Amino acid sequence: MKEKKTRGKTAGGSHVAKDVFELRLYVAGQTPKSLAALANLKRICDEHLKQEYRIEVIDLVKHPQLAQGDQILAIPTLVRRVPVPLRKIIGDLSNTERVLVGLDIRGPSAPVAKAESA
Amino acid sequence: MLSSEVRSKEGFDYGAPRQPKVVQAITRPELDKISQSLAKHMKRIRNTHGQAKSSVSLRGLEKAPTGIGGLDEISGGGLPRGRTTIVCGGAGCGKTMLGLEFLVRGVEEFGEPGVLLAFEETPEEMTRNVASLGFDLKALSDKKKLFLDYLPVEPSEIHETGDYDLEGLFIRLQHAVDSVGAKRVVLDTLEALFSGFSNMAILRAEVRRLFRWLKDRGLTTVVTAERGDGTLTRHGLEEYVSDCVILLDHRIQEQISTRRLRIVKYRGTRHGADEYPFLIDDSGLSVLPVTSATLNHKISRERVSTGISDLDTMMQGKGYYRGSSILVSGTAGSGKTTLSCHFADATCRRGGRCLYIGFEESTDQVFRNAASVGIDLNRYVKKGLLFHRAWRPSQYGMEMHLLHIHKLIDTLKPESIVIDPVSNLIGSSTQRDVRSMLMRLIDFLKEKGITALLTTLTRGGNHLEATEEQISSLIDTWILLRDVEQSGERNRCLYILKSRGMAHSNQLREFVIRSEGISLLTPYIGSGRVFTGSARLAQEAKDSSEALLRKQTIERKRGELQAKRRELEARIENLRVEYAAEEKQMEMLIHQAQNVEHRLELDTQEMAGSRQAGLSGDRQNRKHVNGAQA
Repeated sequence: MKEKKTRGKTAGGSHVAKDVFELRLYVAGQTPKSLAALANLKRICDEHLKQEYRIEVIDLVKHPQLAQGDQILAIPTLVRRVPVPLRKIIGDLSNTERVLVGLDIRGPSAPVAKAESA
Repeated sequence: MLSSEVRSKEGFDYGAPRQPKVVQAITRPELDKISQSLAKHMKRIRNTHGQAKSSVSLRGLEKAPTGIGGLDEISGGGLPRGRTTIVCGGAGCGKTMLGLEFLVRGVEEFGEPGVLLAFEETPEEMTRNVASLGFDLKALSDKKKLFLDYLPVEPSEIHETGDYDLEGLFIRLQHAVDSVGAKRVVLDTLEALFSGFSNMAILRAEVRRLFRWLKDRGLTTVVTAERGDGTLTRHGLEEYVSDCVILLDHRIQEQISTRRLRIVKYRGTRHGADEYPFLIDDSGLSVLPVTSATLNHKISRERVSTGISDLDTMMQGKGYYRGSSILVSGTAGSGKTTLSCHFADATCRRGGRCLYIGFEESTDQVFRNAASVGIDLNRYVKKGLLFHRAWRPSQYGMEMHLLHIHKLIDTLKPESIVIDPVSNLIGSSTQRDVRSMLMRLIDFLKEKGITALLTTLTRGGNHLEATEEQISSLIDTWILLRDVEQSGERNRCLYILKSRGMAHSNQLREFVIRSEGISLLTPYIGSGRVFTGSARLAQEAKDSSEALLRKQTIERKRGELQAKRRELEARIENLRVEYAAEEKQMEMLIHQAQNVEHRLELDTQEMAGSRQAGLSGDRQNRKHVNGAQA
């Protein structure tokens, strides 16, 4: 199962970054953890991500050979491929704060100082 | 008849006594048929016996042979099949090597494909690392016999939020196993996971699930783990796997490192519990079970030449026993190496293979020196009969020396072995270690029936009849070489201190090393002392002159005696002649007297006849007159 979701943001916004977020979510079948992770990811992106983003969901049960590329061990794993550096977040993404730190996103609800200190 | 009676008393009913078969009635073809069917029957019995045996071992724990020299022996056949074995140990002790060899040999020798999941090294690095051992991982993975996967765990890249599991690892493992049809799996330093993930509860549950998963699929697995502080593994992996735990160790003693292997635990099977030294060399790992201390080796009654005919003569003219151990001890320069060379030469001349291990001299030096006394060892090297190996005693620890010798013997299969000298080992280890090593070496050699000649240097001031290594009690034949210092020269003497199981000479023999080799001089049996060298010559000269003198005296005395006898005889002859003359004279006188008597008688008769007087009375009267006169 490969899904691609993109959402365009209105161009010309003052705080829009140049980079498009390329996210990959590795799951293994339709497990509760995987579904929760996907739902959490969508919610977080919608709420906090101002840039354009793309989510690719890879089901390793169907494509086991793809696990090698991003060196996936834990499921679910979210990989931020762009912008560099590569970042990995594992777990069902239930802790929004930690996901934002992991993805290095400065959300409106998270002040700059707080995000950096965390 | 007696036996049948006994049986019937015991209650067995054998019925009527059977008629004995008439032997002559069986013809030749019938006999052949009987013997054939008997042979068939025996074969069947043997086969079923063999099957019964193998089925017994099947009922026990099934083993997956590792193919690693020695490890299969001490583990009773290999690692537990379909289960997980933990190989733990400190850094650089050979864990990965063991795992890799298990996989490679599994493919090459047992036809079992394997999977390697490496958490710390990339396949490229690993391929390069083991290329020197002759393991071509790339070729094996190209042939789809081996699957190498690299799973780096980078804690810095990973953020954790919420619940997760390690399904990715399982999927990759499944994929790897499926793609080559693997029977063996190696997880190289699984504990790297513990540094990458912080949620211990999840991790432990997942590791437990992983071991279960591997077991359920019947994969024979080796998991390597770092040794922990006071525990076998740093993260307590042994808690999850309890079938087999192998501990590797790398110890430095007296600046010499020795690798050791110990099976800490092996559920459901008997295994060697000792620490076994092992070696990683150009043919991979080898563990040798060297602590066997049994005393039940078969011995030989065959004799082998010492290489010196005079020495053979001292041992009933036959030499050493085959498979015995011989110690040649002596002070510096007493000819130990030359004696060893003679022995090696004799072995090769018979067509036997000889392994010569030198701890002191290089190959070339030994050969040059041997050539100087007329022993051409080079030709045997060319013929492939003699193998000279030289290394420094300090090159390895004791166990490594032993292992090396074991390996050499296993590959070269010599008939006899020379180790020259064992006393040098003392310098690189303690006396106790050397003794223990030599004891096991001698045991091993005896078990293999290899005749061993060891030399040992007796240092100045030490007691001659004792070795520093204290191995004399293990030795069958002990030849003592000593220098005898006398009247400004040093001469070599040889003495058989002991030789088990043979009537050997008790003589102290002088020996000389000439350009044609060692020869023993005929023993000088003098007046309670041993003379050597020129003293011996002087003594011999003195002795011979004394003997000459004695001989002359005897001659003289004998002459005197003869003269006396002749004199005596002459005198006897004289006397006899005198006597004869006297006798003649006397006889003549007697005769004359008799004549006179006779005449007188005749005269008397005549007178009586003429007077007619009584003869008897007259005679009586005259007798009476005679008696009165007397």
